[in-house]
Amino acid sequence: LAAQSLFQENAEIARLFPDLHPPFARQAAVIEANRCLNCFNAPCTIACPTHIDVPKFIKKIASDNLRGSALAILESNVLASSCSRVCPVEVLCEGSCVMHQHNEQPIAIGRLQRHAMDAFDALGGKLPRKTLEQQAAKIVCLGAGPASLAAAAELQQRGFQVTVIDKKLLPGGLNTYGIAEYKLSSAESLREIERIAELGVEFRFGVELTNETGLREIDNKFDAVFIGVGLGAMHRLAMPGGDHPAVVDALKFIEDYKLGVTTSINGRVVVIGAGNTAVDAAVAAKRLGADDVRILYRRTREHISAFDFEYEHAKQEGVSFEWLTQPVAVQSIQARIESVECMKMQMDAAGGITPLPGSYFNIPCDVVIPAIGQSPLIELLAKFRGVVIEKGRVIIDRATGQTTNPKYYAGGDCVNGGREVVDAVADGKRAGAAIANSFGKVRVG
Amino acid sequence: LAETPDLAVDFAGIKSPNPFWLASAPPTNCGEQIMRAFDAGWGGAVWKTIGAQVTNVSSRYSSIDWNSKRMMGLNNIELISDRPIEVNLREITEVKKRYPRHAVIASLMVNSNRDAWHTIVAQAEDAGADGLELNFGCPHGMSERGMGSAVGQVPEYAEMITAWVKERARTPVIVKLTPNVSDIRVVARAAKRGGADALSTINTINSITGIDLDTFTPRPYVGGKSTHGGYCGPAVKPIALSMVQQVMSDQESMLPMSGIGGVANWQDAAEFILLGSGTVQVCTAAMHYGYRIVEDMIDGLSNWMSEKGFATIEEFRGLSLAKVTEWKHLDLHYKVVAHIDPFKCIGCDLCYTACWDGAHQCIHLDRVSGPIDGPVDVHTKPAAVERASRSLITETPIPKLDLPVLARESQYATPLSRIPRIDETECVGCNLCALVCPVEECITMLEVQTGLAPETWEERCIAGLQAKDGTFFSG
Repeated sequence: LAAQSLFQENAEIARLFPDLHPPFARQAAVIEANRCLNCFNAPCTIACPTHIDVPKFIKKIASDNLRGSALAILESNVLASSCSRVCPVEVLCEGSCVMHQHNEQPIAIGRLQRHAMDAFDALGGKLPRKTLEQQAAKIVCLGAGPASLAAAAELQQRGFQVTVIDKKLLPGGLNTYGIAEYKLSSAESLREIERIAELGVEFRFGVELTNETGLREIDNKFDAVFIGVGLGAMHRLAMPGGDHPAVVDALKFIEDYKLGVTTSINGRVVVIGAGNTAVDAAVAAKRLGADDVRILYRRTREHISAFDFEYEHAKQEGVSFEWLTQPVAVQSIQARIESVECMKMQMDAAGGITPLPGSYFNIPCDVVIPAIGQSPLIELLAKFRGVVIEKGRVIIDRATGQTTNPKYYAGGDCVNGGREVVDAVADGKRAGAAIANSFGKVRVG
Repeated sequence: LAETPDLAVDFAGIKSPNPFWLASAPPTNCGEQIMRAFDAGWGGAVWKTIGAQVTNVSSRYSSIDWNSKRMMGLNNIELISDRPIEVNLREITEVKKRYPRHAVIASLMVNSNRDAWHTIVAQAEDAGADGLELNFGCPHGMSERGMGSAVGQVPEYAEMITAWVKERARTPVIVKLTPNVSDIRVVARAAKRGGADALSTINTINSITGIDLDTFTPRPYVGGKSTHGGYCGPAVKPIALSMVQQVMSDQESMLPMSGIGGVANWQDAAEFILLGSGTVQVCTAAMHYGYRIVEDMIDGLSNWMSEKGFATIEEFRGLSLAKVTEWKHLDLHYKVVAHIDPFKCIGCDLCYTACWDGAHQCIHLDRVSGPIDGPVDVHTKPAAVERASRSLITETPIPKLDLPVLARESQYATPLSRIPRIDETECVGCNLCALVCPVEECITMLEVQTGLAPETWEERCIAGLQAKDGTFFSG
């Protein structure tokens, strides 16, 4: 995959962002694998959106069959390496582990999955094809994020020729550009995508899909289209000073440090919003050298959309939280930000919030990072003929990913409004299988 | 405070402060070790077998791990003592002088020659040994030279050598039996006929513990080759218990018994004693954890005896023998069925898969859909259960949006759909589900009244009656 050579890992970033969850040593993995009860119809497998057969791959680790373990995982999830690192396992597989009821720690499923996948890489393992038959139909996946990659892999494994188009120069979407480096490095994301490229998927980078002509060409050239374009830019701060050039949105901030564009940060940082991306940005700012990092949130701890473990992690890294705090303006003197002006909110019994009169105050800072969500790509989505969009989301049949235009399928953030990598993979896999089946049943396996 | 039980034993005339002896093996290789063992609390020690000096190989041991637990079973290819006879004898004298109240048993093995046996017996007794154990069991190396299990596997040899020893011995003679025979009672009877005062059961079992899948060489590795060894440790305890029971239930075999095989704690020891053993011998557990393990053996056994009201070992020795019978004397009308406590169930559903694949297809996941009792064809099968789960579309919950939806669906910690249910009309009471359940007391076997008078297979045969269920002819 030629694009991979465009990326050069930055040594300083690698030093500042070591693995949050270091890999298992071989014997530790076997001991952990042996702890798994091997449940029937295991709750962890059910909880996983891609339904990885967890006890099956774990018991293969216990029997030292690491290649078999990795293949059992990849059978359900082609982005298993990144999922093993970024999945919020606390609310998925590990959260449903029966060990919680057994007065024991849940099995470290994420780390075990990573153990198997790392071993697979070390063995030079490749994704298997599911059939040797070649299909005539040509499929295009729009966007090179997890949903498209999963759809592309599924189709290519079934003998179709797939083209993946993305406006960025590197594949992976948020996997490469938008996940905290200590969870998933860009290099690791690209290494994983190399396996999909090896199947024969064709990648085209730097292709911006904007005009109707381009989309019509695509429609003419391909027999089916998978829309995996994700979400658009992050919401801007709608307040005076919100467009100051030193206000940088969380995803841009994360992308810049991951690519080595930013390798250090000075002064005080204010992050606005309390979702998982806000935590990723705040922790990164801290690691990059910020003196003080605060997350401002207009409601209270109970209402944040970040997972509990992300909140705990932010505190451990030294990030502080300002609750019931509503920013109202970014104060600056020319190119330099001075402070964020805020007001205190008050919460009623029903959870409603209203400004506390006369409570204006300033939080001095040098950098402001809004993390208040991404906008849907409404304009782009509206250009797909016959594809119905509601509330900024592509409407699909959940089991197949098929949109209201039978030739078009969709999955990932543009369908679910922004969930996890594993949700995108599950969408892409289902859509890939459904697209393949739409050209007649193919015997796989 | 209740009186502390007395653990002292008189084993065929050999006195010991407690029934815990170290078996003849590496932990009893020399006097220095044995004295440290006595300091730790061991009541007796059977010296590493003394005989014509041998040369050992390197390496010597291999083991079986299970589920990341080390040394479930241990295998060795070490021969008898590789120290000069005189050194061993001198140290026996020294140990007895310094530990007169502890039992020191000399384990002996020499060529099948009357004079050789007379000589070694005299030497051991002159050194001060409290008793002699004849090693008729070592299954590796020595057996190739016509000793050890080569003797123990031929009743005539065992009887003859026992008799030679008895011609000379003044102290009690214990014959150590090999399990590598088709019926251990045959050699036990021979030893008894030869005049043995006691038996020790079992010696190690012939074994190859495993093969290195890179070199294709079995373990333990000795310069590119290996050989079969003697197997011991926790894995062999059930075999040992059964053999002790066989010997102790046979009038022609029965003698004072020193139980050996996988004893690792006081509970194991109590079981051997309940089957008639007067002492137990320990090796693997001491090799694994050191002599210190005897502290809890003494403490645990004392506490258990106090709890049960036993003042001496003799009061409970052999109590379980009467409870072991032949299959034909079991009551065919006794019946238990499994019961799952839904409050304890963690939802692993191992009982479900075990019952379907390994037992009688009478555990079902139908608490939500509604319980149905009856034969296998009226139930949803395991593959269909799994298929249904895999076809579910699930997604990562977003805390604010989704988590309230995941509220408990039942009064139990585990979702009702995952708590299995026993079809008592089909349950045969095999115990398998209770055995695989990881939660203590979650699955219990409850006695049910059949309303039928007790009847054994033997009684049924004698009566010549066919049972209503037809098992008379098919069973």
